[in-house]
Amino acid sequence: MNLSRRRLMILLPAAAVAWKSVLAGTPEESPNYKMSEHWWGMLIDIPKCIGCGNCVRACQVENDVPDGHFRTWIERYHRSDWPMTESGEVTANPLIVPEVISPDGGKEGFPVATDTEGKYFFVPKMCNHCSDSPCTQVCPVGATFISPDGVVLVDPTYCLGCAYCVQACPYGCRYIHPEKNVADKCTLCYHRITKGLTTACCEACPTGARQLVDLKNPNDPIHEFLKTHSVQVLKPQMATGAKLFYNDLDGSVR
Amino acid sequence: MSGVEGYMYPNEITLYWSVLIVLYPYITGLVAGAFILASLERVFRVEAVKPTYRLALLTALAFLLVAPLPLVLHLGHPFRSPEMYFTPHSTSAMAMFGYVYMWYLMAVLVFEIWLDYRREIVLFSRSSTGLLRLIYKVMTLGSTNISERSLAIDERVGWIVTLIGIPSAFLLHGYVGFIFGSIKANPWWSSPLMPVVFIFSAMVSGVAGVMLLYMALTRLRKEKIDMHCVDTIAMYMFYIFIIDFSLEMLDLIHRIYEADESFRSLDFMVHTQLYFSQIVLQIGLGTILPLILLFLTQVVKLPEIARKRIYVVSGCLALIGIFAMRWNVVIGGQLFSKSFLGYTTYKMSLVTREGLLVAIFLTLLPLAFLWALVKLLPPWPDKSEPEGVAAD
Repeated sequence: MNLSRRRLMILLPAAAVAWKSVLAGTPEESPNYKMSEHWWGMLIDIPKCIGCGNCVRACQVENDVPDGHFRTWIERYHRSDWPMTESGEVTANPLIVPEVISPDGGKEGFPVATDTEGKYFFVPKMCNHCSDSPCTQVCPVGATFISPDGVVLVDPTYCLGCAYCVQACPYGCRYIHPEKNVADKCTLCYHRITKGLTTACCEACPTGARQLVDLKNPNDPIHEFLKTHSVQVLKPQMATGAKLFYNDLDGSVR
Repeated sequence: MSGVEGYMYPNEITLYWSVLIVLYPYITGLVAGAFILASLERVFRVEAVKPTYRLALLTALAFLLVAPLPLVLHLGHPFRSPEMYFTPHSTSAMAMFGYVYMWYLMAVLVFEIWLDYRREIVLFSRSSTGLLRLIYKVMTLGSTNISERSLAIDERVGWIVTLIGIPSAFLLHGYVGFIFGSIKANPWWSSPLMPVVFIFSAMVSGVAGVMLLYMALTRLRKEKIDMHCVDTIAMYMFYIFIIDFSLEMLDLIHRIYEADESFRSLDFMVHTQLYFSQIVLQIGLGTILPLILLFLTQVVKLPEIARKRIYVVSGCLALIGIFAMRWNVVIGGQLFSKSFLGYTTYKMSLVTREGLLVAIFLTLLPLAFLWALVKLLPPWPDKSEPEGVAAD
């Protein structure tokens, strides 16, 4: 084989990267990770979210999320001022009928807001990793379950693809994977958090609007945050035990 | 986004429960209804409906054999469906389907039909030839004793099986209603009335179905329709229909009066996307019109031919109306966003696994099964059978 020095210099780094990837192989176990020591959730700080879509893109790349389906997405709410006719009649209640958009899940950001009246804000959404989750309750074979560390997961080798869980989720967080034909959803980047990393969406968020929280860790800043802020979960009337905590959540959000 | 009005959560735009899931409660409903009709004669001693007793049982069996097909076909992984039997999830309403289904199929329906036909099966196994003889021989399950004492025991056991069968039929279909009624995330479904409404609408559809089949088959056989029997069936259908309609209206009025957070959204849906299937088909043509027609037969003395026509028309309308009801529950429940801010559309495909052609095929398949069952186990008294044969 005739290989010039010049070519070798080009090929070696590429080969090194390839070798590295081969060495990586299947993800290693996390020997130091103890499920019983964690209880995962997430904090979403609405005033900090700028709707850039970084989290949606990061999630899609990290988890190979198919186009048109979302493990996380961003909604932009526009709560208008009280609409009145000229004779002074109130025509609608903006708390009940906010304008919401989420073009392609907010993956590429949002169009410029043109309306000067009312209030605009972004609401990132994803699986609430409920502790009394209605989706795991209905699964006919138990293919979806709550892990001992509080993460709602799906076993894709076991799921029948009946979509009952999709119907049972009040937040629209599940979908049927178009190629795998099984239920798919946010795993809270379980492959990362069990290795001491944070989730892809939190990692990619430029403003720190999303923060992974471990409710069993006494040193987690979430405990202080919950004491000092007005924190809410989505659809509390559903009593799902949601662990996605929203700071400064507007009453119009559903 | 095409087909979307207002705001849907992005994962809600696709509907995952298709027309096949509409067929599933429709077909199981026909099973439960047909069985209840059969039990009228057997347990409640309504002798007038006796000519339809066996036909009702065979109809129930033909439809029950098809009932799981739409479910299995709709699964993302149909071959994993046995997992529902082997590793059922104790908190899942759906996990119980396999057991309820098997119980109803084997312990109730097949057993009852076998007991009821045992004498004929034994006789056929002696008189027929070739492959048919073998089939009947297998169907006797080795039990060839048709002495009077033995048949009396059959009769007694059959009565008990029917007695168990009535709550089982309620269980089978009430449970289907529970699958929908227990989903708190979906206000269109979530209602404790759902199983009850499902049971009564099932009874209406099953009774109407058997009545129509009886009339059609009797006509095909060039026999005379037993009007006393059909009158009685129509009367029962009328009364069950009233209960069914009252329950459905109770649900509707309750929703309108309570007007909870979902009301504005659901109300809009009923007046737009579901207007035809809900208001026109289900309530107008499928319920009120047949109720008026059946009411007429109850209060006015009509000639036989008029009654027959009314029964056929109202039976067909009831079947359409109850199909529309299943459609409105299953498809309607997925058309609105759980954010209550928008609506999607259901685009039925034609030739895919969950498409229209498959749905039509699955609707007709029970009729093919019924044809085979009627050939194998004739549900009417055989006039050619010499009386003496039974005694040997």
